[in-house]
Amino acid sequence: MIKTQNVTFSYSAQQNFHFPDMECADGQTLLITGNSGTGKTTLLHLLGGLLQPEMGEILINNQNIQALTASKQDAFRGQSVGMILQKSFFIEALTVLDNVVLASWVAKGIKAKEKAWSILDNLGLKDHAYKLPGQLSIGQQQRVNIARALINNPSVILADEPTSSLDDENALIVARLLSDLAKEYQSSLIIVTHDQRLKSLFNHQITLS
Amino acid sequence: MISKIAWKNTWFKPLNTFLSIILLTASVSIISILILLQKQFEEKFSSSMDNIDLVLGAKGSPLQLILSSVYQIDAPPGNIPYPQTETWMQNPMVESAVPLAYGDNYLGYKIVGTNDNYLKHFNLHLAEGIPFSKDFEVVVGAGIAKNIGLKIGDTFFGTHGDAEEGEVHDHHAYKVVGILEPSGKVADQLILSNIESVWHMHDHDHEGHSEGVHDHFEDEEHQHNEEINPHEGKEITAVFLKLRNNMAKMTWPRIIPQNTDIQAASPALEVNRLFALFGVGITALKYLAFGIMFISGISIFVALYNTLKERKYEFALLRITGASKFQLLWLVLLESVFLCVAGFILGIIFGRIGLYFLSVSSQEEFKMAFNPFEFLWKEEGLLFLATLSVGILAAIIPAIKAYSLNISKTLSNA
Repeated sequence: MIKTQNVTFSYSAQQNFHFPDMECADGQTLLITGNSGTGKTTLLHLLGGLLQPEMGEILINNQNIQALTASKQDAFRGQSVGMILQKSFFIEALTVLDNVVLASWVAKGIKAKEKAWSILDNLGLKDHAYKLPGQLSIGQQQRVNIARALINNPSVILADEPTSSLDDENALIVARLLSDLAKEYQSSLIIVTHDQRLKSLFNHQITLS
Repeated sequence: MISKIAWKNTWFKPLNTFLSIILLTASVSIISILILLQKQFEEKFSSSMDNIDLVLGAKGSPLQLILSSVYQIDAPPGNIPYPQTETWMQNPMVESAVPLAYGDNYLGYKIVGTNDNYLKHFNLHLAEGIPFSKDFEVVVGAGIAKNIGLKIGDTFFGTHGDAEEGEVHDHHAYKVVGILEPSGKVADQLILSNIESVWHMHDHDHEGHSEGVHDHFEDEEHQHNEEINPHEGKEITAVFLKLRNNMAKMTWPRIIPQNTDIQAASPALEVNRLFALFGVGITALKYLAFGIMFISGISIFVALYNTLKERKYEFALLRITGASKFQLLWLVLLESVFLCVAGFILGIIFGRIGLYFLSVSSQEEFKMAFNPFEFLWKEEGLLFLATLSVGILAAIIPAIKAYSLNISKTLSNA
């Protein structure tokens, strides 16, 4: 569950953002759309605790994340937030499986190898588990990203343009997959995108301007 | 897990890693060879010097006299008349005196004429056989027995001089009667006989051509001595003296050359002079090796710094999955430390291999062996700390950059 109230942020005196309040329950999907420059990525980073808002509150599972110290915020993000980024980033030197397991280790200090296997299996990546990320196609890499975001059973999944680099067919498959997984894992899913193809899929939408 | 990432990252860019490790290995191996060489060299030099306060020998370079007599490295400066030497050897201030007469070698190993005092003086024991007593009986050092396989009862002919290729004295054969226990001293590489053997071997040669020199000494001696000394006209090469009196240690090196054609040199003094001389060389080499270590530090720094740009996404990724800033700092430091530990271990191994080959060749050329398996905990421990500090210093700026990375900005600009 994630909820915001009266959140503002500014990079400079000229560039101010005032974001509408929003709420997303467990298992639900919230689509945030808007043109470039309307602060989509900024909002996502605020929700993930990568940026600190000027004013307002962000509550994840009723925890105000601004109230935490920097290192506690890092730990909280690892345990409660799964982020799927526009581009796929990996530790290039580690295998696909280790990249997924790594997220569980960094966040919780345990190596959830079996869980990683089952998620990779669920996403059709079982055969690629021992490859290096660089050897996979872009679509496969995006699915590894999703697996990594899910490994810690996060309360909130934040997805930044998860479908923008995919073709129509795959974009819809990935969007549905994400919202199905959010239901399955009882996470709040927030997708930030300018991808018009997703608008027809989700009811719960906010448009930034 | 951070260490696993660091380890995998180290090998993910093998070329960078390879360069840094090669430089580190080179510097560590050079330094460790130098440390071992210096220590073992000084040990060998000092242990052979035990119990020798002064060395008597022909006038010339005192260092040459010490090197030739105590260490058997150089050629002796010349011979001295035995009767004159005897008066000093019998002086009451002398606790023990060991005469040495050089003449021949066998396969490059020096045959030294001396008396049975030699074994006592250097605390040498026979592994088998008996000490030499009759002419042409010899006791051989443990190193020689091992290297050329001499056994008790074997006979051989000496070669004149100290070069392997010389005139062979084939009229008298030496006979091995004893083999020494290994002592780590010069005696390991010597063949010992009584002095008379050396004299008799050469009397035969010298009849005729070197008579003149002997006569000269004889004339001089006859004027002072009424009795006829049986050693009249005989020469030896050097005498080791152990003195009872510290005063004599100080004054004899001055008194003896004033009154005779003999000089008295102190091994301690000369060896210190020698160490001071090659100490300069060793110091220069050490600076060179530390210079290479410095360059390897720069190479690690450049490698880490260059990859920061491409790796910042990796760092951002670790941060969004919950890693703290401190863990990133640790990751970068650890990668550098891995390189340094690998470089150190390889350096120590290659240093030992290098010293082994050095030892083989120095054994052939100078009859001096080094032990490559000795580990000097203090010196090499310090070397390890130095290597580690190079790694940490090289990584500190990249590590701080990783620590203070702005994740949001990094991800937005991706």
